[in-house]
Parts: sequence; structure tokens; C-alpha cells
Amino acid sequence: MKINRNAVAGTLESSDIQITIVVNDSNKNNIVLESPVKHLFEEEIEAVIHETLKKHHISGVTVKAIDKGALNCTIAARVQTAIYRASGNEIDWEAL
Amino acid sequence: MEKLRRTMMYVPGNNPAMLADAHVYGADSIMFDLEDSVALSEKDSARLLVYQMIKNRQSNTELVVRINGLDSEHGKKDIEAMVRAGVDVIRLPKTDTAQDVKDVEAIIEKVEEQIGRPIGSTLMMAAIETPLGIINAYQVATASNRLIGIAIGAEDFVTSMKTNRSKVGVELLSARSQLVIAARAAGIAALDTVFSDVEDDETFRREVNLIKQLGFDGKSVINPRQIDLVHHIYKPTDAEINYAKQIMLAIEEANEKGSGVISVGGKMVDKPIVERAMRVLELAGLSGGEHE
Repeated sequence: MKINRNAVAGTLESSDIQITIVVNDSNKNNIVLESPVKHLFEEEIEAVIHETLKKHHISGVTVKAIDKGALNCTIAARVQTAIYRASGNEIDWEAL
Repeated sequence: MEKLRRTMMYVPGNNPAMLADAHVYGADSIMFDLEDSVALSEKDSARLLVYQMIKNRQSNTELVVRINGLDSEHGKKDIEAMVRAGVDVIRLPKTDTAQDVKDVEAIIEKVEEQIGRPIGSTLMMAAIETPLGIINAYQVATASNRLIGIAIGAEDFVTSMKTNRSKVGVELLSARSQLVIAARAAGIAALDTVFSDVEDDETFRREVNLIKQLGFDGKSVINPRQIDLVHHIYKPTDAEINYAKQIMLAIEEANEKGSGVISVGGKMVDKPIVERAMRVLELAGLSGGEHE
């Protein structure tokens, strides 16, 4: 899926995560994570973000994630929202 | 046993903390809201969040989702997402006619076919919020076999009636009566509207007593603290439970003896009394342990 513009989804409220997707100059995806539980869950949070990007065949973006204690399903939902906002595409249900 | 719907708790669809915790408060049903509680700019975000929450649900509590109307660009997308997520019940807002129900049902059925979900497994309920909807309540209530209940939404209704909500609720009496009669005639549940002032327990209790006496199955609630108040009022008293048990015992004995006429405490027991006794025992069974 092609990312056409930068996009933001989610909030900074408790149990949420704010996701910002920005196109970068490489063909790799980078994640910049801020989280009060980063020392415990960094790998897990990043894995959910990478997996969601992979399912949508997205590469060459930087994801800035400001986590406020979100569950994995919330992380996936916010990344998906940012992806569809950034691509302008209709939802691909098979990718969810 | 008939599913109890004493309480249906509203949860804003774009609030992850409230969505995740909603099942812990003990409401009979939980209603994730994609309509009025979600800003227009966040409809896409709430839809995907609720989709993921349902896919990853942590409890067996009945999950209802209030969708946006089909007169908006969001309604059809909401239906597709929720059927795919596996929601139990889709709640239609502002239902005025039987056709409104049929239009939503047609979209649900199409998605069920696409994804291989059993046809008819997505249930529906309809909120009636206008004078026209009240006039058509029975037609609405019988528009689809998927319907498990109809609910009254008071705020829009009283505005259409050129009045407002009072503490005694006289402005809603006729509409509530018509709605509950329509639900009973159709054989589905009747749900009452929300009561917004969560600090006013006295008026809330009075309103719950009123709708219980009118015959409603329960009430929509907007705050967890309202749940126990409703359940407590719907819980039968010890005297009601004992009387119901006596009736059921008398029925058993009469059946064993092949006797046709039954009396308890000198009063003849007929079919309506037996049905009420069964209802009392159902409520007692599922209300047990609260406020002992």
C-alpha cells in the first residue's frame, strides 16, 4: 500500500497510543517509541506496529508512537487508522 | 432461560480505556457507541478501535454496537466492520419505519454472505426517537426476525414533541406505554432511555421503578454506578420469590396428580400467574447475590 501523506491517529489519553506515520527516505520502516512501560514492553509494542505495517505491505515509513499504556488491540487499531488516513484507501479487511 | 436485559451500558466508541474495562461492571449488555459520542473527524478511528476490541473481546457479556444512521456516510461502513468483527447485536439509531430496519438488515445479510458468517446470526435492535417512530413501533418491532428489542431514545423524542424531560417523566408516559406494548405484541424486549444526571439517584430510582412497572425489560445506563441501582430494583423480594416457588411447586404436584385446578393460599392459579412466577424466578436467579 502506498503512503501518500503524513497522518496521525489516537490520543494521549490513558490506555491509548498516538501514532504518527511519516514517509522516510529509505525502504525500511522505523519506529520511534515513547512509553512509560518501554523497559517492559518495547519489543511487544514494536512487534504489533511492524506486523500491522507488514500486513498492509508498507515500507519506507517512520512511525512515531507515544504510548499511554495501550492494549495490543488498541495499538493495532490506531496504526490501522493512521495507515488508512495516510493512504486514502478503503479498508482492506483481509489485512486486518 | 430468556436473556435478561435489565441494563445496557453505553460506552463511547473512541475511548480505549472505557471500552476495555466495560465488561467488569456487571451490566447485562454493553453498547459500544459509534454515533453521538464520536466526533465526525474520529468516525474512522472509532470504527477500527471497536472492531479490534470486539475481535479481541475478553468476556461473554452481550456486545451491542450503536451504528451511525444509513443517512450518513458512516452507517454502511459501521455495519460492515461490526458484522466482520462478530458483534452480537447492531443497534439502529433513529428508527422511524420498518423500512429502516429492512435497509440495515439487507446490508448485514450481504456482509454475512461475503464472510461466511451464518445468515441471521447478527442480531439487531432499534432505537425509536421520534413521534413517527412511536406511531410505527409495532411495524418496526416486527420488521425483522433478527430484532431482539426496541428502545426509546428520549432526548430527541421530547424535542420533537416541543417539550423537555421532567423529573416525573409525564412527557414520556404515552411514548413509553406505546413502545412497551409494541415490544410485547412483537415478543421482543423493551429498553428504556438513559437518565443523564448520575448524581441524582432519587429521581433515577423513581424512573426505574416506573419503567419496571410499565413492563420494560430494563434501561440503558451511562455510568457503571447506575447498574446496581437498576438490578436492585429489578431483583424480586423474598416474598415474591417464596410465592413464585409455591406456585411452581403446586404446578408440579398438580401435574403428578393429574389435577387440572390449582390453588395457592386459597387463590386460584392460572396461566398468567404461572408465567409471572417463572419471570420472578428468572430475575431472582440472575439477580442473586446483589445487595444481600
